[in-house]
Amino acid sequence: MEKYLHLFVLLPVLGFLFTLIVPGKNETVISKIAFFSSGVHLVCALVFVAYWLFNDHPHIDFKDFVLYQTDSHEANPYEFFIDFCFDKITAVYLLVGCVLTFLVTAYCRSYLHREAGYKRFFLTIQFFFTGYNIAIFSGNLETLFIGWEILGISSFLLIAFYRERYLPVKNAIKVFSIYRIGDVGIILAMWMTHHLFHQNITFSELSNEVLVSHHLESHSFIGIFISFMLLVSAAAKSAQLPFSSWLPRAMEGPTPSSAIFYGSLSVHIGVFLLLRTSHFWEHQTSVRIMIGVLGLSTSIIATLIARVQSSVKSQIAYSSIAQIGLIFIEVALGFDDLALIHFAGNAFLRTYQLLVSPSVVSYLIREQFYNFKPREHSIEDSLPKKIEYSIYILSLKEFNLDSLMQRLVWGPMHRAGSALNFISVKSVFVYFIPAFLLGVVALLNEEMIPQTVHQYLPSLFAIFGLFMAAKAFSERTNPKMSWILIIMNHFWIALAVSFNEHFTYAHSMLYLSGIVAGGFVGYRCLVRLSRYEKLDLNQFSGHSFEHPKIGLVFLISCLCLAGFPITPSFIGEDLIFTHIHEDQIILACIISMSFITCGLSLVKLYGRIFLGPHVKTYHDTPYKSS
Amino acid sequence: MTTDHSTFNEHDVLHELKHYLPAQAPLKDFIHHNTLHAFQKIKFFPAIQKASEMFGYKVSLRLNEYRELYEKGKIRKDILTKTIIDQKGSENLNTWLEKMIHCKFDDAIHPRVGRLRSYWKNEYHIDMDALVHPILYRTLCSFLDQGIAIWNFPSMNKGFLETLREIEKNSYTSFFTTERAKKLLIEDHCSIESLLKIVTGDESLYTLYLYDQQFAHQGWSGMISAIEDQPQTLLDRKNISLHDLIVFELLLEIDALDFKFGKTWAPLNVRVKQVPVELFSEVNSTDLSEVITLWQQAFEWSYYDEVLAGIKSNKGVKKEGSKSFQAMFCIDDRECSLRRYLEYEDPKCETFGTPGFFSVEFYYQPEHGKFYTKLCPAPVNPKYLIKEIGSTEKRKKELHFNDRSHSLIQGWLISQTLGFWAAIKLFFNIFKPSMSPSAASSFRHMDKESALTIENKTTSDTENGLQIGFTIDEMAARAESLLKSIGLIKNFAPLVYITGHGSSSVNNPHFSAYDCGACSGRPGSVNARVMAFMINHPKVREILVSKGIEIPVTTQFVGALHDTTRDEIAFYDIENLSPSNKQLHENNVIHFEKALDLNSKERSRRFESIDSHLSPVEIHRKIKTRSVSLFEPRPELNHATNALCIVGKRELTEGLFLDRRSFMNSYDYKIDPEGNFLFNILKAAAPVCGGINLEYFFSRVDNQKLGAGTKLPHNVMGLFGVANGIDGDLRPGLPSQMIEVHDPIRLMIIVEHYNDVVLSTIQKNSETYEWFINEWVHLVTVHPETKEFSYFKEGSFTKYEPLKEKTEKVKLTPVLENNSENIPVYLID
Repeated sequence: MEKYLHLFVLLPVLGFLFTLIVPGKNETVISKIAFFSSGVHLVCALVFVAYWLFNDHPHIDFKDFVLYQTDSHEANPYEFFIDFCFDKITAVYLLVGCVLTFLVTAYCRSYLHREAGYKRFFLTIQFFFTGYNIAIFSGNLETLFIGWEILGISSFLLIAFYRERYLPVKNAIKVFSIYRIGDVGIILAMWMTHHLFHQNITFSELSNEVLVSHHLESHSFIGIFISFMLLVSAAAKSAQLPFSSWLPRAMEGPTPSSAIFYGSLSVHIGVFLLLRTSHFWEHQTSVRIMIGVLGLSTSIIATLIARVQSSVKSQIAYSSIAQIGLIFIEVALGFDDLALIHFAGNAFLRTYQLLVSPSVVSYLIREQFYNFKPREHSIEDSLPKKIEYSIYILSLKEFNLDSLMQRLVWGPMHRAGSALNFISVKSVFVYFIPAFLLGVVALLNEEMIPQTVHQYLPSLFAIFGLFMAAKAFSERTNPKMSWILIIMNHFWIALAVSFNEHFTYAHSMLYLSGIVAGGFVGYRCLVRLSRYEKLDLNQFSGHSFEHPKIGLVFLISCLCLAGFPITPSFIGEDLIFTHIHEDQIILACIISMSFITCGLSLVKLYGRIFLGPHVKTYHDTPYKSS
Repeated sequence: MTTDHSTFNEHDVLHELKHYLPAQAPLKDFIHHNTLHAFQKIKFFPAIQKASEMFGYKVSLRLNEYRELYEKGKIRKDILTKTIIDQKGSENLNTWLEKMIHCKFDDAIHPRVGRLRSYWKNEYHIDMDALVHPILYRTLCSFLDQGIAIWNFPSMNKGFLETLREIEKNSYTSFFTTERAKKLLIEDHCSIESLLKIVTGDESLYTLYLYDQQFAHQGWSGMISAIEDQPQTLLDRKNISLHDLIVFELLLEIDALDFKFGKTWAPLNVRVKQVPVELFSEVNSTDLSEVITLWQQAFEWSYYDEVLAGIKSNKGVKKEGSKSFQAMFCIDDRECSLRRYLEYEDPKCETFGTPGFFSVEFYYQPEHGKFYTKLCPAPVNPKYLIKEIGSTEKRKKELHFNDRSHSLIQGWLISQTLGFWAAIKLFFNIFKPSMSPSAASSFRHMDKESALTIENKTTSDTENGLQIGFTIDEMAARAESLLKSIGLIKNFAPLVYITGHGSSSVNNPHFSAYDCGACSGRPGSVNARVMAFMINHPKVREILVSKGIEIPVTTQFVGALHDTTRDEIAFYDIENLSPSNKQLHENNVIHFEKALDLNSKERSRRFESIDSHLSPVEIHRKIKTRSVSLFEPRPELNHATNALCIVGKRELTEGLFLDRRSFMNSYDYKIDPEGNFLFNILKAAAPVCGGINLEYFFSRVDNQKLGAGTKLPHNVMGLFGVANGIDGDLRPGLPSQMIEVHDPIRLMIIVEHYNDVVLSTIQKNSETYEWFINEWVHLVTVHPETKEFSYFKEGSFTKYEPLKEKTEKVKLTPVLENNSENIPVYLID
């Protein structure tokens, strides 16, 4: 039975590849490919699930293939492998996903007619669906993470679908930054599980109660840490507190894409993560309380915010968040089946509500015309006036969640960036490159360094790396400089970890290979582009309009540098982490901060150069407020 | 124009500011108007250039677009040459040709507005818009909300600022982050002037600053200004003014600055290095602007010339003999083709065009309706009320719009029950679309089975100051004016149809733009029915006889409604027909059905999803499905491609293929030697048709700034507007799906009458005259006897002889089946 599982990942990939070769003008062929690939996918899913049910719905798990493997003689053998599994959770997510993708694809065939970016839209949808399938079929965290990353980047691309306008691009970057937090949550969780189990564990192995409780017995803190990281990731992806404000802001693409992504599939992936890993945390009462409390507080606050929303899409977004909060509670209580039903119902309901949302004007105006009562009495009116007004304002301001995120995510980066203003291009070359070379020399002669100094070196170098990333983020004028700093960030990290533990250089090479390749290509793009245009990072420049090819290549280079699963660096990144000891929380934090910062710098760089209203005003330039 | 800025006069500045802001009313009252109405006091080309310089609008096609049109032959060479020679002299022909076709120009736009406020970013490094706009929009939207939010903005039936003050006083939380702004609001130390003093520090900057500030979100400012001027446009009325908006925004700006810099920061005047150029100062014409002017005119005349040549070669003959039936339609360009097909199906019938409110103006109240709906052109304020009684229609509910799905506990239940139902519904909506309660349908405007209170019993029978129904005299006056204005005073057929129009669509917030503009964006069914009743009234007919209109007793008038999206028609009060007329009517209905099938076939050539080669019946079925499809952003194309307005007898255009591009007003110059009816026609046609035309024009040339952009990501705000995303500015104007096939050319009004009569007629009213003398619409007359054309320019008429010599005669069907672009003017074989 397991060999059929490949099919579900393969179909959208095929659709994606076929679409890629069709010329953008040919709407009919593009939409047909999407329609058939999602249609066949749906049929296969139905047949497979029926077959699976008929055969006593076994829990399927199989190790597909190994991508990378270290010497098995090492203390911590490392094996990066793709693993698939299938059970009722996957079944439900598969069916809901297939049905909605199929319906929305059919819907978009004519809805997007004549829209610039018709092909781009269908490509992104199929890319997204590939990621979704990888995620829901994944049998271990590593495989899940691949799907997770694809979901993140395709979300970014769909929110910024109208890339010639300011707000979609700004919001896409905002959402991406929150997704990045979710990514780091998973990276840290993977890191710790690896240390906890001394192997790359699969989800099926987690259901082995004896194994899990045996390992957790002596490491209860680690257990909580891992669960907490998973929860952070799940909360970020499912727009729970304190991340909720991203969801309404993601509603910038064409309505059907908002419906399928943010109304249904994407936003419920956090729930999926919790369900998938429930065997790991279900015996830790504190974790269950944590999940329950998070769900409860989210559902209450999101409901309050939903009640005051005066725009259709934000209202649906917040009601959906509130329902997902309830699903979190159900998951915490162990009512998995209920959670799955609730997920499916909520996904369908919100998709439909979003799709018919433009009708709301004629419908509600007519209702109002016939049923108007001067003042609807709402339940809050019975509160004391002062409390009512206070909560009202708070809800209107979304409990300041957006500004909180702004301050938590961007604030420190801006501050760090401006504190690093003293670093100029010159000083990078004068101080940091020699310093790095010095570090390499030191590494080669490691035995000569006193132990007291040696133990601080990894953190010190990691901090240098973080400096680089922060400086890259705050750089305002010179994109090439920013680009080099991001590359250097990775080199510092590699150096830092090399001091930490002895391992073969092959690991560093693996990690840096994608970085160097992507770095080189990206740099060429910048050089090429600056031949035609004056590059400035102070504002969005929208160059993808006149230079779409350079824009695409640069985007791919950015993905390489961000450790996206298209180069070996993706595995390298995970591998590097395994060389951080479980007691080195600080080092792990610094390096994950670097990853976040680096990702944000990249997306900002790409956004500022290639997206947004075009700097040349002989094109149609939309208002900044649109 | 405000030129003296040494003293700041708040009232004057706000008054003028409102003039420049978009004037679009809330969605349910969407009525087309000239987007750049504020510039109408000056001539078209200088006006649009000025608008572009001031506000950064793109006001014409781009230079390379004109050049492409020229290469494709859409701009004719002979016309181009003539245009240059006429305006620049033949000696300069080659110089200008070179400039127009080959020279390179820098056509980047650098608007004047916004330069002062750009100092915030450049000098203070503060992104003021990002800090202020989101909370500002949210507060405004929640205050004005018409029924989306479940927990409404606390209301005290007070003005916006008063309400905010009340809330701030009684709350532990605040709209503001810092103390000062809150204090200023609560203690009422917040006149616009005093706040501007804090922010800009210098009186000479005040006016400019306000323009910069309000034009950073002209959608919202325009909406507030429109609601301030006509509060009745919101069913749930709100008391708000532009003044309140500005005060609140200034407070938020002070708050943002205080938050970033603490209490002490230098006002703008300290850091402004160079005072930006005065917004209203002169705009000089450039080579580029002149080149664009010439191109635009050549583009327009390439089409006009073709039309005039067509009219010239069209030998329409007056159809003698008795008529099988007569039918009045709205002047709307969408009725143009239906009339042609009716005449084709039944050559003995006769059709007329007149504004779709059919000369009766009133408010309408459907049964159980809580409000009155105005059914006449927007500027008119009727004194009459017509009520629907005896309606049996039930309004169906759409469960998925229910508030409860947004509450926590009920939402929990609903998502697990209705949620699954939603999936099934969605499936059917995609694969088998059908009419649903969420769609807007023209036939729901009035129940076919209901009765209307048309005849007034006693003049004291009033409601809220409106007289219920019309008296006999009032009816007769309106009937006379209708019949005389279209020239139908004799040779009545047994049946005369009065056909209003409306549209049906789903997922379309701009639904009211698709209905009848002459009925304030509503379907014209009630007006048609009311007028038919009036003319059928025996006592009215008696009076009409005394006015020289003798209608045979056997003749009956029938009200009807044509749905322009679905191409369906409904007839009203058929049961009142005499048995013989009933027989005739049944026969006519067959012609109507056939004509509607053919009409939908003609429309389908523009639709990607329908193969125009199919049979008319098959296509008609698909067109109906299309109108109820959730996923169809173009249920119909509305007024797209409109370019003409023909005022004259049908013979002028009968047999001519005008491709649904013309408004057509029937008019007989013989009945109206002094131009009295013509005056009424032009008084309405210029602003209504001209307004439609210019809204399409500007939405087309700058869809991002003057239009609403693509409708696919639109989010409905408070039921009165649409925005992109949740934090965007409102988007007035037309979405790209409505204008993409439109050619931006001005309207040409063609009038069949003598030059001197037309001239004195348009000069009677200065507002109407402004449209013509400032060239916002073109005017051409056709001499009733010689058929010679005269073109109106600079206050007088000059003769125009079309350059195109011959108009081809073609079989229509193959042309229609094989073209999706605009089709030239043809004679129909």
